[in-house]
Amino acid sequence: MSELIDKISICVERGKVNLKAPFPPDLKEQPGADEYTREALEKGETPEAILQACNQAMENIGGKFSRNEVFVPELLMAAKAMNVVMEHLKPYFKSGNIKSKGVLVLGTVAGDLHDIGKNLVSMVIEGNGWKVEDLGSDVKTEKFLKAIENCPGCIVGLSALLTTTMGNMAKTVVEIKKQYPDIKIIVGGAPLSARAAEEMGADAYAADPQEAVKYLNSWAS
Amino acid sequence: MGKIQERLNQKKILLSDGAWGTFLFQKGLEAGDCPELWNAEHPDDVLDIAKSYVKAGADIILTNSFGGNPHKLKHYGLEERAFELNFKAAEISRQAAGGQCLVLGSMGPSGAILMMGEVSPEELYQGFLIQAEALAKGGVDAICVETMSALDEAELAVKAAKEASGLEVVCTFTFEKGASGQYNTMMGVTPLQMTQAMIACGADIIGTNCGNGFDQMVDIVKKIREANQSIPVLAHANAGLPKMVNGETVFPETAEIMASKVHKMLQAGANIIGGCCGTTPEHIRLMAAEIAKYT
Repeated sequence: MSELIDKISICVERGKVNLKAPFPPDLKEQPGADEYTREALEKGETPEAILQACNQAMENIGGKFSRNEVFVPELLMAAKAMNVVMEHLKPYFKSGNIKSKGVLVLGTVAGDLHDIGKNLVSMVIEGNGWKVEDLGSDVKTEKFLKAIENCPGCIVGLSALLTTTMGNMAKTVVEIKKQYPDIKIIVGGAPLSARAAEEMGADAYAADPQEAVKYLNSWAS
Repeated sequence: MGKIQERLNQKKILLSDGAWGTFLFQKGLEAGDCPELWNAEHPDDVLDIAKSYVKAGADIILTNSFGGNPHKLKHYGLEERAFELNFKAAEISRQAAGGQCLVLGSMGPSGAILMMGEVSPEELYQGFLIQAEALAKGGVDAICVETMSALDEAELAVKAAKEASGLEVVCTFTFEKGASGQYNTMMGVTPLQMTQAMIACGADIIGTNCGNGFDQMVDIVKKIREANQSIPVLAHANAGLPKMVNGETVFPETAEIMASKVHKMLQAGANIIGGCCGTTPEHIRLMAAEIAKYT
């Protein structure tokens, strides 16, 4: 791995977005993912190599998150740095040099306004090379159905953070499966468990963004 | 001396109330509706919930203002009505409480993460000021900043609540048990860090709510007590972790189960206990009978 790519990868894992970013404090006033990615592309590094290194960096931080070595703030900042890298790589996606792994239609279910968890999942999954159709929070079933119609072959991700909206999640799962039996549905959120996910008829449960990535990648095109 | 401290001096252990959200859904709140709007549009239903907890024997009841932060009300286009909806929330609980119960004005998180730069600290502080002022003018006895996970946001909320109301301020955080067996909030805050930071910024009572059933709450209260022996501690436990049964959300800890564990919570060092998601007036009634044995 070249030195520049190594630097990008460190910036992503540590959540160093750009020169101006104050986080993390020990990298203050140093260039971030933004500057290093620009420089790397100018110097002829391939977008594939950059992407691969960043995916590894996201996997590292995701693993630390799963083991409770870091928490939401660190993961959010890493995802933010990753998104900055992705901005630079976008033109290569468009030209077909890099292919998206697939589409995830994502949203929190009706009645649920907390969308921190969903945003986190969205950023991590996007960083992993998936296209995310983010429907936002408090999403009614019809809106999910419409999005599936527009993205054939997508995977659907449902998030609930409130115990009171688990019932709505179950209804949405049933409704989607009724109309699209082949669509895969992954669910997550604080009140959920693998058992609850199974009981409501979802295909998978993810305790954290990294588990969601693993599941998605098993279906990557 | 604040009213809660005064009451604690008389009675040692105080009982607060149970869940509001689950109750509102039973009364017809639809998914996607704003619960706080019910203070204006269905005040009798909200009053009914408040009264049911007074009747169950609670010493303290909360207000239907958990999501009354202007930043959160923005989602419904209701941010301009923040003062009104919080004021009404306080009035309703005050009416139910009469002179018998104390009223704690609920202030939940804004939903924004400060370090992501979605909202400035000044903006957030202003929002908490509006909410606390409205709750105080509506007649609450103290403010309860609850379900917090980030220290920076909780500090702003506690300081704003103090400045706007001049009342006692309670602050509770929600912890999860991690893979290592340690308790942290989703933002990584430990019970020890919470205790130190909230005392430093002026909270009069600290504690924990939501996210856990009774047994885990006992563990968390012990951790808080290890960090500080004197500050009053409040604990609002869920009725266990919810399960899906035939498409319905069911909370496994019955009123009997929770009441049977009250002594553990008191031993751990809690001074004010009550319920969070899934708890009902019946939970509070049985817990009241249990607490009566110790006071």
